[in-house]
Amino acid sequence: MKLLTLQRAVARAVMQPLTSSERMQRKAPGGGRMSAYAAQYIKPNDRLSSFERLEIYNRQYWFRVLSSMAEDFPGLRAILGGRRFESMCKDYLTARPSRSFTLRNLGAQLEAWLRQNPAWMRDRRVLALDMVRLEWAEIEAFDGQAKPSLRSEDLGEAELTSLRLDIQPYVQLLELHYPVDDLLLEVKHGNDTPDRASNAVQERRKRSRVRAVTKLEPAQIFLAVHRLDFSVYFRRIEPEEFTLLRALRSGKTVERAIELAFRKSPIPVADRAASVQHSFQTWATLGWFCRPETNVHGKEFLKKENRQKSWAD
Amino acid sequence: MPGNRFNGFTDYGIGIGLRAPHYDHILSRKPVVDWFEIISENFMIDGGRPLHILEQILEQYKVVQHGVSMYFGSAEKPDREHLRRLKQLVKLTNTPWLSDHLCWGSVDGRYTHDLLPMPYTFEAARLTAQKIREVRDFLEIPLAVENVSSYAEYHVSEMTEWEFLNEVVERADCGILLDVNNIYVSSRNHNFDPLTYINSVPADRVAQIHIAGHSKFQKYILDTHDHPVIDPVWKLYDRAIQRAGHTATLLEWDDSIPSFQEVHREALKANRFLAGRSMAVAV
Repeated sequence: MKLLTLQRAVARAVMQPLTSSERMQRKAPGGGRMSAYAAQYIKPNDRLSSFERLEIYNRQYWFRVLSSMAEDFPGLRAILGGRRFESMCKDYLTARPSRSFTLRNLGAQLEAWLRQNPAWMRDRRVLALDMVRLEWAEIEAFDGQAKPSLRSEDLGEAELTSLRLDIQPYVQLLELHYPVDDLLLEVKHGNDTPDRASNAVQERRKRSRVRAVTKLEPAQIFLAVHRLDFSVYFRRIEPEEFTLLRALRSGKTVERAIELAFRKSPIPVADRAASVQHSFQTWATLGWFCRPETNVHGKEFLKKENRQKSWAD
Repeated sequence: MPGNRFNGFTDYGIGIGLRAPHYDHILSRKPVVDWFEIISENFMIDGGRPLHILEQILEQYKVVQHGVSMYFGSAEKPDREHLRRLKQLVKLTNTPWLSDHLCWGSVDGRYTHDLLPMPYTFEAARLTAQKIREVRDFLEIPLAVENVSSYAEYHVSEMTEWEFLNEVVERADCGILLDVNNIYVSSRNHNFDPLTYINSVPADRVAQIHIAGHSKFQKYILDTHDHPVIDPVWKLYDRAIQRAGHTATLLEWDDSIPSFQEVHREALKANRFLAGRSMAVAV
């Protein structure tokens, strides 16, 4: 038997969902009995049948990927409930198995998949999608790239009409329909507090999380998920700031980004300059600005630096 | 053999795995440790805290990279993105050698994130060795393959596990990361004599040794890395270093992780066996 044929057959069995009692299914992939399927490939020994030996790997696979999902999406788990979350993850991972060498990327397709499978979210579709986006943004902000920060000398004598700034790749900008940042912090706080000794405490916390979910009222928020000193933070921002940051990230000039930000803004014209100044100061302090691929005047940074290097040589 | 061509001619002593619960202790107390082993995949990222921690560790300690998802035995080409990121990390750590497992875990681009056992066939040995050579040529660094714990054997196997290991490393001309706990676990699960395994391994290819604890279940043993090393595993370690001489040794403790001091103390027990052993003995 060819190596590839064997590996395909074994992987199909290993990645087939477990039963509700967390055992390997009796039915093999593609039909037939799993005991016969396993016996085709796996030797039994004096203590374990072929089925039981294959089942060890089947269970390990699901325990590993499900615990990784639960670790990455505790907020979504609180919204859907533990059992529904686990069933949803089984469906998701069956439809979209990992295609990355790292478990870090296991949830990368979850938002897109949930949009195609909204029944999992029942009447909490908007809330659940908001939470998935926030939790994925948190992962991206935790280990996303940090480019060299923008220095004042990079700006030179730039004018707003041509000045372009870039935002650090790890800064994630979200427009959300629910204050899911508060909910996620509450869920995490509950999970972080040790309570192994008391079932009653665990039960109270579970009820508290359920209450937190059900009483959450919709409210449009704009959020920057970023990191400072290597810890991730959720920072609420104004709608104008959100538009401005997004416009800068998309390569608009500072002047154009400001125009877009205040196009429908209720902030009086007289107050806008001070507002923009305050925002830019804050973001600069947080280190959100980085040197763009093209420099502030539109020329390419890297080429310029390479040229300087060759001159020095 | 304090150093050989499979571990960059180094003499690294006794190390432990770098794990998140110990970061604060290591960075604040700066304990004396011969070296740390890192799981490469945890640091093959673009930025953030893990890389910041690693950079601080590298300022003070020697680091060796150990991978869990190269899947030398998978019947598909190595993932280019994986290799690119791995090489980037190799440049950062200056690891003198790099190890990953003699197993498979992905097929048709789908990852199980597990260390699945190989069928011990000549076809598998040939393909695996070819892949090890490709990866080594790309990374430009000595490679060592680790024997895994296993819970299943295939009908198609044409040789024993140790014969397969020898076949692969000879064809690939690579090193071995000899995990004596894995040999013990597999010997119990598959009813073979672990000493036969140890005695069959080409001692001059052993770049590194792993020791660890495991969990016993009613019908099999699981490689859980959540307990101290048991005496029978220490005996296997003793035999391994009788044959291979002083070899870089690493204690793995990945679950229910106790304090740094407890893990380090457990690792240093290896000194009892290393003391008095010749620096270069191959029996």
